[in-house]
Amino acid sequence: MDLEFKQIRNTLLVRIQGEMDMVVAEKLRHEIDRKLETKKISNLIINLEKVSFIDSSGLGVIIGRYKKITGLSGRMFIVGARPSVHKILMFSGINKLVSMYNNEQDIINI
Amino acid sequence: MNMKNYVRFEFQSLPENVSFARSCVGAFATQLNCTLEEIEEIKLVVSEAVSNSIIHGYENKTTEKVLVMATILDDSTMEIMIEDYGQGIADIEQAMEPSFSSDPNRTGLGFTLMKSFMDELEVISEPGQGTSIKLKRYFAAKNKEALA
Repeated sequence: MDLEFKQIRNTLLVRIQGEMDMVVAEKLRHEIDRKLETKKISNLIINLEKVSFIDSSGLGVIIGRYKKITGLSGRMFIVGARPSVHKILMFSGINKLVSMYNNEQDIINI
Repeated sequence: MNMKNYVRFEFQSLPENVSFARSCVGAFATQLNCTLEEIEEIKLVVSEAVSNSIIHGYENKTTEKVLVMATILDDSTMEIMIEDYGQGIADIEQAMEPSFSSDPNRTGLGFTLMKSFMDELEVISEPGQGTSIKLKRYFAAKNKEALA
């Protein structure tokens, strides 16, 4: 799994590449939380364009980060989930809590 | 039991092997009369069951064994068995409830996903005796026959 972080003012953009299962869940949780704790961040954008697979371990990281960022009075967005990943996100109900967009540009335009 | 083909493999309870297990069963499933989307669902349930064995069955101990057996019963039916020799489940009914997890960092969606994407799910487990999960899926062609 590859992770790319980009901070634009108080927004942290995380681009994830690969398969989000239990192997990557721990690393992902740790890396994102470290940024949330050490930087001044109020918005979190998770880009899943290059995520080819997600299971409940991957969902756990996303739901956990949602709780964390909203606990900091921030907002979270999910971008670019492909249909197979989108289906699992819908299953978890996260789509009711988090705004989902096709691409990063769509968020910048809101 | 009638069967057309099967694969059976055992591996060490390392998280890295979860991906191996689901890819292997997913590749095997291509022999069935099913869609790519259905193969993704098969990969997902294998991932859930094997992750459960490692995380809960063995409490992340990486030196134990997980056994996977996938059987093609006919062109549209697959049976998958995932077995561990770990601590077992004391209350299977509770473990299968949506959003129940013995670990607060987890979603507790594993069994719910397995139930949703498979047609049959059987859990055989006892404390200290390991856990065996049997999953069965009938693919579209079979369903069409049933409806005819």
